[in-house]
Amino acid sequence: MKFILPIILAIATVVLIGVAFVASGTVVGKTVGIEAGSAMYGLTPKASTPDQALTNLLVDVKRRNWDQAYGEISNPQVATKQQFIQAWTGSYGSLRTFSALEGFELRPMHITNDAAQMRVRLHWTTPIGPLEDVRDFHLAKVGDIWKTVWSKTDVPNVPSQVIPVTYLRWDLVSAAGDDEWGAKNIDAPHVRIISMNPLDFAEGAVVLGEVVNEDTIPAFVNVTATLVDGSGKEIDEETSFDKIDHILLPKQVTPYRIDFPKVNLKNVKNVRMNVKATLVPASADPVIGVMNQKVDPDYQGKSVLRGDLLNESGQTVNIPHVIASLYDNNGKVIWVADGYVEHSLLPQTAAPFEIEIPKNMVPKVSNFHVVVNQYSMGRN
Amino acid sequence: MRRLCLNCAYGFLALGVAACLMAALAASCSAQNITVPTSAVAGEPASIAITGSGKATLYILGPGISTKQEVNLGEDLKLRGDALKNAGDYHIVACSDSCHSATFYVSAGKPASLTFLVHPSRVPVSQQDAVSGVAFPFDQFHNLVFTPQTINFQLSAGNASLLNRSVNTQAGVAWFRTSSGKSAGALQVVASLNDFNARRVVQQVASDPCNLRITGQRNAQGILVQTEPVHDCSGNPVPDGTIVSFTATAASGKSTVDAPIKKGVARAEMEATGSAVISGASGVVMGNEVRVGGRP
Repeated sequence: MKFILPIILAIATVVLIGVAFVASGTVVGKTVGIEAGSAMYGLTPKASTPDQALTNLLVDVKRRNWDQAYGEISNPQVATKQQFIQAWTGSYGSLRTFSALEGFELRPMHITNDAAQMRVRLHWTTPIGPLEDVRDFHLAKVGDIWKTVWSKTDVPNVPSQVIPVTYLRWDLVSAAGDDEWGAKNIDAPHVRIISMNPLDFAEGAVVLGEVVNEDTIPAFVNVTATLVDGSGKEIDEETSFDKIDHILLPKQVTPYRIDFPKVNLKNVKNVRMNVKATLVPASADPVIGVMNQKVDPDYQGKSVLRGDLLNESGQTVNIPHVIASLYDNNGKVIWVADGYVEHSLLPQTAAPFEIEIPKNMVPKVSNFHVVVNQYSMGRN
Repeated sequence: MRRLCLNCAYGFLALGVAACLMAALAASCSAQNITVPTSAVAGEPASIAITGSGKATLYILGPGISTKQEVNLGEDLKLRGDALKNAGDYHIVACSDSCHSATFYVSAGKPASLTFLVHPSRVPVSQQDAVSGVAFPFDQFHNLVFTPQTINFQLSAGNASLLNRSVNTQAGVAWFRTSSGKSAGALQVVASLNDFNARRVVQQVASDPCNLRITGQRNAQGILVQTEPVHDCSGNPVPDGTIVSFTATAASGKSTVDAPIKKGVARAEMEATGSAVISGASGVVMGNEVRVGGRP
């Protein structure tokens, strides 16, 4: 009697292992909206279908099993193994170098007997939160198995050169010596909120607008908003966090957005704004131009603000961050959108960016202003 | 909160005990006459005379000081200067068979230092009443000198004197307020009292750009756009590092570059193959627009 329970558990364990073994890495006939992955290491199912071939590749990428992943592409001649790895892991300290593929969803676009096109939604974990990336893959039947046709990616390659830069930066000198009262005061930079617009949004209330540095020195800026109800009680207080370009050079304007999840604007009687500016050392470089900006539909029919970032300086920008103010035809800021660019921006090169615009805002957008925040190793 | 209340209770208790002590001392002692100095100065010795004979216990309570000593009645009691370093009211209580008390005031000594606060540390040129300064004379023991003193304020930029004004202190404070000058640069602000000087520097900076003008021309890369030397309305060059936003609107879309002024001029490369309209702005100041034709 006392052996019945252990025996049942042992049988159940064996059955579950068997199920996992059979189902590992397969997509079990379904192809749409599947969160894919494999539970069993070292056992890759045969790529008898396009979805299975792509699943195998992505599972190996996820596990960083590069030898196997590289072996699953049909045209290794277009990229060396190192280039293939770099295409997934990023380079030059870009956001991708700090990211990991967490999962993916496959969707077939077009399949024939010997060729297929699949659309994949890749889910990445990154230091700035989860990111999604949508990519199209082509697959070809090679013999009796399917393989992914690797698209050659053009990795920017900057030739060796000397780029003269008129170096401009502000350093902060703290007076030493006696502690005489009044002898050490340097005023904080003067910054001003030039617009503020509270909105009700799908996930809560949003306060957005723009801030200008009116001073002649750089400022580290943070905007805080406090929502107050009819009785004068504080409902919530939040800061702009990363929805702002924190370091503002003289006369520079930045958008800001402060999100209040789960707060209904109907309950808000007053919004208290507070902008804090601190004097910080800063550099006027790099200068990043935002070229060819326009609002277009993307792959999935969503409206995006897209363009190219052009690094006009001589240093690599590791993680560019794009923030855009969207204006209506009265010049009022109606939304602030932002997005990180996963690839680093090499000197004198351009890289594309896209920022999604909420569907309900698209008809109202008349103009936009884009600023580029940047994180460069050793400089921030 | 509870800890705070406990602290308050201890404070009140201590005050109560001190008050009771003073009252009890005064009530339980027979009276003597105490003669206190009419004009004591901080840091200088003073004498107190107590009539009577025999011995008494003398309590001295003042700002930051409380002492108890045995004294002989009928003799002048010399108070050393270091016992009277802090200006303010001092209470004397002498007790033998009976107690008697008296109060005298110790005023600050001669000014020995000048504390000078100037605001702001940076100011745009040509701003009305934008610069202010406050000076406080202190004696050698850091007592604020309340007796009126004449403080001289001098403002100069380069070799030019912008202000020279003498102001008497009122309740230990003298101040001035004035407009900023017309030229960018360091504004030297000096407050002087007798041989004591306190020097501060206010940086006068250019105001907002005025008549921001840009030019653009096509080159091999695209369009090179740059400003003419950027000045404020007083003719001061706007500091390097000030951002000028260039915007090029073309059929291919809009391009923007936030370029810092370097050596007086902001410059940027814009990508546009067709004709484009380019504008410039710095902060809330708009510049002109230029139209650059397409590549032939």
